[in-house]
Amino acid sequence: MAHRKSNFIHKSWAVFRKDIQLEFRTRYVINAILMFALTVLTAVSFSIGPLRLRVEIGAALLWIILFFSAMSGLAHIFVREEEQQTADTLRLFSRPVNIFLGKWFFNLLLLYSLEIIIVPLYFVFLNVPDPVLSIFLPVLFLGSFALASASTLIGAIISQASARGALFAVLTFPIVLPVMFSGIHGTQLSFARASFLDCLSDLQVLLSFSVVILTGSVLLFEFVWRK
Amino acid sequence: MLRNIWKFLLLIWMGVVIWGAFTYTPTAKALGETTRILYFHVPCSWVATLSFLIAAISGILYLVKNDLKYDLWAENAAHLGLFFTVLATITGSIWAKVIWHPFWNWDPRETSIFILLLIYAAYFALRSAVEEDEQKARLSAVYVILAFITVPFLVFIVPRIYDSLHPDPVINAQGKIKMNGKMLQVFFASMAGFTVIFFWMLRLKVQTALLERKLQMRKFKKLTENRDV
Repeated sequence: MAHRKSNFIHKSWAVFRKDIQLEFRTRYVINAILMFALTVLTAVSFSIGPLRLRVEIGAALLWIILFFSAMSGLAHIFVREEEQQTADTLRLFSRPVNIFLGKWFFNLLLLYSLEIIIVPLYFVFLNVPDPVLSIFLPVLFLGSFALASASTLIGAIISQASARGALFAVLTFPIVLPVMFSGIHGTQLSFARASFLDCLSDLQVLLSFSVVILTGSVLLFEFVWRK
Repeated sequence: MLRNIWKFLLLIWMGVVIWGAFTYTPTAKALGETTRILYFHVPCSWVATLSFLIAAISGILYLVKNDLKYDLWAENAAHLGLFFTVLATITGSIWAKVIWHPFWNWDPRETSIFILLLIYAAYFALRSAVEEDEQKARLSAVYVILAFITVPFLVFIVPRIYDSLHPDPVINAQGKIKMNGKMLQVFFASMAGFTVIFFWMLRLKVQTALLERKLQMRKFKKLTENRDV
């Protein structure tokens, strides 16, 4: 039993390692998604100028930047398999659930590494109040977790459709709206110097949403992937 | 003739509901004459939600049984759902214009019906972006199920974050129905009538789609036969 379990993780890890190696060979996605996020950030910052933002607007802008940055790159992991015609080989070598988990983990890591760069720049460029870190960081962590989890399955869906780029955001937006609502609300609380207990319900929503969407995705992925 | 008698009964039923909505029922205190839109607006949004449920169930059935018939059910339920969502949005907006003045102000109820509209629109965008029938059915089934499992979050979260001005606190405080007897009679009669009309429309649409498919198959067969000669 223990052997099978480690084998399961090992296989998902193998898919993840393959994708990481491919990514570092070209660094295509990380560059594209980072430049896209920077463009959105500077566009927002330029258009606002030196105004001091109300906390509601500052929090909403942060999540809009994160959402569109995620939409610019998170589908690529499946689109690449279709474009380079490697999907069929992957189908032969690995079980759907391992493929999904490997790619989900890649997306999660991609979004987190993006945020390590973008979020500090957000505070530099936009004139928003200092957040309470004990609220801001958990909200950001769980919100990105939910965002990456929901968009991985949709990335798999749109990789098999035409008009991929536009479709990805269109399909993801209604599904991640609960994440946006709670993420924005939690971030507002952290700017307004609320206590940790106030944002507990937002964190609960983000966590339970992630669990539900991840379970649903693991169950549904097989139907998207098989041909 | 006898088989179709329920259609005439339905006609009479809906006629009585319309008459009742405008003359028989009293109005709610704070809302005045605008109360009467309730008997048409609420059934529309109920049917819009019901068709979303049917689309999700048909999606699950398609994935389990792999029969394109279920995809037809899902697609047509979504068509009707979109239609009734638009009706609910419009009737709601007209009412909002009278009571709240702007047509639209992102009240939680407006937000949730708008999200339903977005999900239906995204569903059809996805369907039009996939060429092959089986693949279209598979991908759209997965999407509609995924969208459906996030609905509870919207229902419980959106109203928690923003205060609602929707009049169910006036008519329906703490989830208990506080309409008087006459209002309740017409309200539930209207809900039942709309539900029956919806299922009738859905059945008609699915039957038409099945016939169209048959016709296409026949045309295709003819074409291939001619080519052989």
